[in-house]
Amino acid sequence: MTRVLEVSDLHKSFGGITAVDGVSFHVEQGEILGIIGPNGCGKSTLFNCILGQLKPSRGEVKLDGEVVTGLKPHEINRRGVSRTFQLLQVFPQLSVRENLILAGQEHQGGMLSRLVGPRDAGLGDVAEQMIGFFNLGHLADEMAGGLSYGQQKLLDAAMAFMGGPRLVLLDEPAGGVNLTMLADLKQRLAAINAEQGATFVVIEHNMDFVMSLCTRVLVLAEGRVLAEGTPAEVRADANVIAAYLGH
Amino acid sequence: MTGPRATTRTLWPWLIGLAGLVVLLVLPLGLARYGLYILSMWAVMTIAAIGLNLTLGYAGQVSLAQGAFVGIGAYAGAIATTNGLPFIAGLALAIVLCFVVGWLLGYPALRVQHHYLAFITLAFSTLAFLVFRNEEWLTKGIYGITDVPRPRIFGLSTDGPLAFYYFCLASLGLVSLATWWLIRSPWGRAFVALRENPVRALSLGVDTRRYTLIAFALGSVLGGIAGALYAPLVEFVDPTPFTLTLSFNLLMMVIVGGSGFFFGPFLGALISVLLPEWLRFAHGYYLMLYAIFVMALLAWSPTGILGIVQKLIADRRTRRASATRAAATATFTAEKSS
Amino acid sequence: MANLLNLLISGLATGAIYALVAIGFTLLWQTSQTINFAQGEFVMMPAFFILAALHAGVPFWLSIIFGVLISLLLLGLVFKKALVDPMLKHGVLPIAIATMALSIGMKESVKEFFTAEAEPFPSLIPAGNVNIFGVEVSLQSIGVLVLAIVAVTALNLLLNRTSVGHQMQAAAQNPTVARIIGVPVERMILYTFLINAGLVALASVLITPIYLAKFSSGEVLGLAAFIAAIVGGFNQVRGAIVGGLLLGVIDNLGAAYISTQYRGAIPLFLLIVVILFRPQGLLGRAEERTV
Repeated sequence: MTRVLEVSDLHKSFGGITAVDGVSFHVEQGEILGIIGPNGCGKSTLFNCILGQLKPSRGEVKLDGEVVTGLKPHEINRRGVSRTFQLLQVFPQLSVRENLILAGQEHQGGMLSRLVGPRDAGLGDVAEQMIGFFNLGHLADEMAGGLSYGQQKLLDAAMAFMGGPRLVLLDEPAGGVNLTMLADLKQRLAAINAEQGATFVVIEHNMDFVMSLCTRVLVLAEGRVLAEGTPAEVRADANVIAAYLGH
Repeated sequence: MTGPRATTRTLWPWLIGLAGLVVLLVLPLGLARYGLYILSMWAVMTIAAIGLNLTLGYAGQVSLAQGAFVGIGAYAGAIATTNGLPFIAGLALAIVLCFVVGWLLGYPALRVQHHYLAFITLAFSTLAFLVFRNEEWLTKGIYGITDVPRPRIFGLSTDGPLAFYYFCLASLGLVSLATWWLIRSPWGRAFVALRENPVRALSLGVDTRRYTLIAFALGSVLGGIAGALYAPLVEFVDPTPFTLTLSFNLLMMVIVGGSGFFFGPFLGALISVLLPEWLRFAHGYYLMLYAIFVMALLAWSPTGILGIVQKLIADRRTRRASATRAAATATFTAEKSS
Repeated sequence: MANLLNLLISGLATGAIYALVAIGFTLLWQTSQTINFAQGEFVMMPAFFILAALHAGVPFWLSIIFGVLISLLLLGLVFKKALVDPMLKHGVLPIAIATMALSIGMKESVKEFFTAEAEPFPSLIPAGNVNIFGVEVSLQSIGVLVLAIVAVTALNLLLNRTSVGHQMQAAAQNPTVARIIGVPVERMILYTFLINAGLVALASVLITPIYLAKFSSGEVLGLAAFIAAIVGGFNQVRGAIVGGLLLGVIDNLGAAYISTQYRGAIPLFLLIVVILFRPQGLLGRAEERTV
């Protein structure tokens, strides 16, 4: 197995507060890693440091063995790492199709080819497949802002896959999504994982979602790694139980 | 800000656009010299407003400097052509100069946003005016550059008002087509993404820095093109037209017409440039009426006139959809009960 | 040396007027996100209200009272109720653009209903010079400075020492919390609009005798006040005072020692540098208010 992502001794502090305090972990090709932990334990900050949105105070992030710490978010994204945000982030004034094309268009060709080339940047078919795959067919030409919350959440996830990423970081994909749609989403993610060998890191509060989807789980508490293992191992870990029950 | 694409879905905008084009081609045949001058001015200001609409309406970057770029373009064109160079050389100079300066003006936008960006561009605009006024060796200062010649296009003279009007109209046509292409290309999509959510755009691989600079540079280039046409239209260039007031006016044109709508600048410039002439009976009161109109419009619809139109269309569509649904339900229940 | 002192004092006098206008500008921003591009015209208008009364034969002092009252009514109450309130929900840009339209409307009305020419305006302060430490200083400058200091001190006392002032600050800093603890936020915002109207009326009375009353005279003044507010600190009254004084002095010294042609450029460069490297202003707080 190859290591897609390797994070070593990552620190991030804001003023006097340390949000991420020496986190190390790695993600293997084809894996679905879940990251759980109580609110404010530094999960989202960890994502932001890995993806270049924040600059880590210390530590290193490697993609396929290559150091990417300090690169800008769009540079990391173009290396095949995409993400979703905790809060919904679609472009409300673009149609569903346009949102998807946008999500992939910067991954190929040069600036000039994007001006003089085809309108859909050659991504029309891929977008169409993605629309079909996420059951958004009847909404393809609707403005994304007019979709229901759950539909936008699906679109948000679909956008993360447009560039053909090797690694996708999902920040609370299940938040605020109803049960039917949740099952749908989980099934889609599992399918992409199985069919394309895509690798995921998922931050989630919904335990059922994490435990049934992920192959390995990392537990964070107060900016540190508290436990790591298969869902079953983590569930049985005394430290984790203590952290969650607050003893 | 409302989206660019919603209005393009029906056939109506095309029909209206075609009707508008026919009017623009036929109407001037019956107009006197002054009428043609005003109509040409409308075309020129529309080009400048299209540029600002690109920067502000599509890419979401506030600029109070568009008037300064019209000035830069006008001086570039006037200085080149009064020194014996052909119009095309002046135009090229205007384009290059505005591209470079516009690109540089984009850098502050990478650091600050919204009202701070407005203040910086405002300061730039005022500085540009000072340069126009004070660098007499280049701009002839407050005396201005006189006798700016009108170009010959493919050997045809545009000295006459009608010929020059058609020349302006053709230029507007070319600019419109290029802009239409641009906003529908991946660049246009990236501009809208930049306007709506730069952080998300960045995470999708969109180089927001570069697109911001491009948006400023291209918007400024259109300002420069407008200026290069303005100079031969008026045949005289002095600093007074290029105060902050012009930037404010261009901004109002964009907002009144509908920021982020392709046809917004056409409409905004129409109201700002043509209407005062048709309402001549109101002479001095016109600007007051215009000011009141702008304030009332913004209070009602911050997305401008086309924003209102879009809302009306959307409302009607929803009503029709719900009517269809209601009818379908009625038939369904009727069938069930029978 | 004597010349320098003179320049300094007249600079401070001009700066004090800028400060008055800039304070009003920041107050409107703080309480209702209004960037008033018509602030310069707000200074131009009261002079014409007063001139209108004078031309109708009203004595000077009564005309001033009339002018101030009309200013409070039109530039304070009506401005807020008719323009800002309906647009508040649309965000910063539409209000800003509406005030641009308002500035055009005001200039045109003066041109149309009054005059396009510059009108002389009587001064509150007698002409002449006064001798300070052996230097002849114009009484006008001293008078302007004193009146401005009195006004700013009074405003500071109001804001910091009275319960109404505390409520106004609460309403500006965090309207949501202020509302919860029972501050009548709406009324407090109205007060700031009235204070702004009062400040511009005072500035108008002080500056118009020097520069004459003209429909376009607000353009330069508005820009100066605007720069002063941002340079000093957009979200602070103190900042506006410092910014105003600084700008007045720079303006006068620049005119005397640097080319008069580009004196206008110095404040603009200052503005650009401050925004890029210290956007909160010289005295401003780093964090912006969040609404």
